Amino acid sequence: MSATLTEAPKVEDLVTIEVDGRPLQARKGAMLIDVTDAEGIYIPRFCYHKKLSVAANCRMCLVEVERAPKPQPACATPVMEGMKVFTRSAKAVSGQQATMEFLLINHPLDCPICDQGGECELQDLALGYGSAVSQFTEGKRVVRDKNIGPLVQTDMTRCIHCTRCVRFGEEIAGLRELGATGRGEHVEIGTYVAQAMTSELSGNVIDLCPVGALTSKPYRYSARAWELRQSDTIAPHDCVGSNVHAHVKGQVVKRIVPRENEATNETWISDRDRFSYQGLGSPDRLLTPRIREAGQWRECDWETALNTAVAALQKSGSGLSALASPSSTCEEFFLLQRLVRGFGSQQIEHRLRQVDFSADSNEPLFPALGGSLAELERADAVIIVGGYPRHDQPLINHRVRKAALRGVPVIVIDTLAQDYNFELADRLTVAPSRLSAALGGLLRACADASGKPDPTAGQYAVDPATVEIAQRLQGCQRIHVLVGSRVHMDPQRGVLLGLLGALCALYPAQLSLLMEGANAAGAWLAGAVPHRGPAGRALATVETHPKPAASTYLLLGIEPSADCADPVAMRSALQRADCVVALTAYATPELDSLATLMLPIAAFAENEGSYLNGAGEWQAFGAAVKPPGVARAAWKVLRAIGAQCQLAGFDAVGCEEVARELHDACDTLAPMPAAYQLLPSTAEDVVGANTLERITQVPMYRVDALVRRAPALQQMPQAGDELVHVSPRTLERLGLADGARITVEVGEVKVATSVQMDAVVPDGCCLIYAATALAAGLPASVSVTLVAAGGRGD
Amino acid sequence: MQTSDSNLISAHARAVIDEWLAKYPAERKQSALLAALREVQHENHGFLTTELMDAVAAYIGLPRIAVYEVASFYSMFETKPVGHHSISVCTNISCMLRGGESMLEHVEKRLGIKVGESTPDGKFYLKLEEECLAACCGAPMMMVDHVYHENLTPEKVDEILGGLA
Ligand code: SF4
Ligand code: FES
Ligand code: FES
Repeated sequence: MSATLTEAPKVEDLVTIEVDGRPLQARKGAMLIDVTDAEGIYIPRFCYHKKLSVAANCRMCLVEVERAPKPQPACATPVMEGMKVFTRSAKAVSGQQATMEFLLINHPLDCPICDQGGECELQDLALGYGSAVSQFTEGKRVVRDKNIGPLVQTDMTRCIHCTRCVRFGEEIAGLRELGATGRGEHVEIGTYVAQAMTSELSGNVIDLCPVGALTSKPYRYSARAWELRQSDTIAPHDCVGSNVHAHVKGQVVKRIVPRENEATNETWISDRDRFSYQGLGSPDRLLTPRIREAGQWRECDWETALNTAVAALQKSGSGLSALASPSSTCEEFFLLQRLVRGFGSQQIEHRLRQVDFSADSNEPLFPALGGSLAELERADAVIIVGGYPRHDQPLINHRVRKAALRGVPVIVIDTLAQDYNFELADRLTVAPSRLSAALGGLLRACADASGKPDPTAGQYAVDPATVEIAQRLQGCQRIHVLVGSRVHMDPQRGVLLGLLGALCALYPAQLSLLMEGANAAGAWLAGAVPHRGPAGRALATVETHPKPAASTYLLLGIEPSADCADPVAMRSALQRADCVVALTAYATPELDSLATLMLPIAAFAENEGSYLNGAGEWQAFGAAVKPPGVARAAWKVLRAIGAQCQLAGFDAVGCEEVARELHDACDTLAPMPAAYQLLPSTAEDVVGANTLERITQVPMYRVDALVRRAPALQQMPQAGDELVHVSPRTLERLGLADGARITVEVGEVKVATSVQMDAVVPDGCCLIYAATALAAGLPASVSVTLVAAGGRGD
Repeated sequence: MQTSDSNLISAHARAVIDEWLAKYPAERKQSALLAALREVQHENHGFLTTELMDAVAAYIGLPRIAVYEVASFYSMFETKPVGHHSISVCTNISCMLRGGESMLEHVEKRLGIKVGESTPDGKFYLKLEEECLAACCGAPMMMVDHVYHENLTPEKVDEILGGLA
């Protein structure tokens, strides 16, 4: 069905048909409605959707076909040579009108109190095909509403049973949660028993539902379609860079809906992209600059704030260090690195969860997929290593799923056995300390299978599981290796990437780096890493990790404890610094205690700039609304600071000017692929009876400051928890009951919490969600020790 | 994701379901659902519970909602607890012309319940039958626990119902 997958039809596959007297060429067997849509001939419809299977149950698309005894549904009628179709004939229109009459029989016609009013397909078509007076005088049916979770509001009496939502669940979300129960007049769409919809794409049913049966719960009753202004922007949470519309009333973003772009998000967006806008209205918003004097915070004007910032930076000189959110814009990264380097420092970083930088000099120009998103669908094998794209980059997972549904083998090698919404061909779940051994074994097995020498010269052992995977990969032409967040967070990241690089070189396969945040690719190109300037220019600095403690920190859009690999070390570095300038959209208690100056900046739809997505596309966007209070776009704040510091290159008038300078620098760049080297593994076994290897997942609804403040998303199970997740076997070995109170120990640090039985965790390991209060209390570590509350002793 | 205890299904019912599953290709296993529900309902004294439907879903490997859809669509499945013996008195045209409605009234009076209800002792369920039961030549008729009884009279109805344990 997807246009990207079908080749141009051959002449013999074409038929000629006639629609309303117009001769048309069409691919044999194509559905009539697809042909007329492509030609701009309108046929009314409800159940048809170009991304879903044909159900042909609403009958709104009836047309007259010559020699057919009755009107035919255009969405389920394949075109045939010589076919003559009439979409507006008396027979067609009477069929359409009769359908409309039936649909309206049980419809409540409660448009004045319906959120869909003004943008309702039923309303629109009723205007065109409905009659002014109903012949139906009997009682209408009423369907009780269902609570299907915090995101989607139901008003099921309005449902016209088109089953788009049901087909979406089965075909796109891969989670059949909604269904049609009962029969005849008693059909109801719902989850039967009160169950929440848990798909990470569930919000798309709001757009799909042609009537007001499924609407947005957070948006409910807050605006009318005709009061909204529509602006284009880019979703700020992952490297897909979904294209979205911000719908704005006054200066308030009321909702986010997808903007169709076949190359990025098709017609979908993830729930994270759809509902995170709620964080814009958080009470935590910082509305004016704040300054700390003698331990007391007070609000101040921009002039005072900038003067203070400039004085602090000038005092620190090369002792300046900048930490930026990986979802900052290219322009912000570019100006930030210029500022830092203007003071003679190279300490700029956006890879805040990364702890191993041994591959720094082998990194590609920028981390990305290495191809388009659609190419993933055309893969003939996909290997996902150390990450959970289903939550980390939901629409990348969606592309992989499409490949899997075509029968392409998808193999997951990870430290957690998380749930996928399609069938995996193979899955290898190992403890983190065994990940390098698993990848090394796979590399050797694949080398053996393709008759090449083992690049590691037999350093790793093969096992039957890796041999099986190697056999599966034999003969595949388009293998994609997706490297996920857990590899990037691994203390052996360089070792793992060395092995994966060598694996890809065997075939060759495409090594795709899935990074955290919306703009890691842009960060690299803009020079937001210590060892490379803008456009990948190598710098002579010898990087030392761990970094030297800085005297002044500049934070851009981050929450130190939630966004960094080692919250404890981060806090103590900030505490020891002379000055911490936080460019932030939110004033948090943590910044209250750590920062010396807070500068309010624009968030998401208030901001302008550009992102470079995982497919290597620059996507620029303007501001949909003004930032609240006196907050400013961060690029402007950086420009003002730079200019006041009398540094060169801070005189751009518009954001595009900053972008242009960066683009010009990048225009002539030669490709610079990753050149990861094989490194010796340094993985160590974890010792101690109560000591478990530690695995991290950043919950999908806790990835950044914005989404952490979206109340509806925070009620979803994907928001993570404050528990230590342990496998049933390990719980038993530790003599702990599910839910038992424990103390987690890392070195001297002890934090009290509970254990949670969780079968996705391998034995001998535990999962602790990042960006939670629990994780914030713990230093970075490869292992933790669990002690039953009330003392040692099992 | 969905975990449910397929242990709720007896060994015998499993054997029956397996037999039906064997009749269909693996990707069409949903086809065995009707037979599976029929068996499980039978063993549960004539009605399904959400837990049982979930168990069937887990056993066959279907989304739960797919089972709910089928169970709620067909009138021969009960998704609420009902009395042990299921009685359907036909009142469609042929039966109506031959006194079906007064037969129904008679049953209602005898059992002290209205159509669609079960007796408080859980013994009888007077099912609301939607359409003709296809035994018009023996009208008026009723079906008791899948057995057809034709050419009914009040006496005959008493005899049939009185004979039920
Ligand atoms: S809820 Fe909406 S999308 Fe779902 S079947 Fe009803 S009308 Fe269609
Ligand atoms: S659109 Fe064709 S039947 Fe619904
Ligand atoms: S009308 Fe009663 S069996 Fe047909």
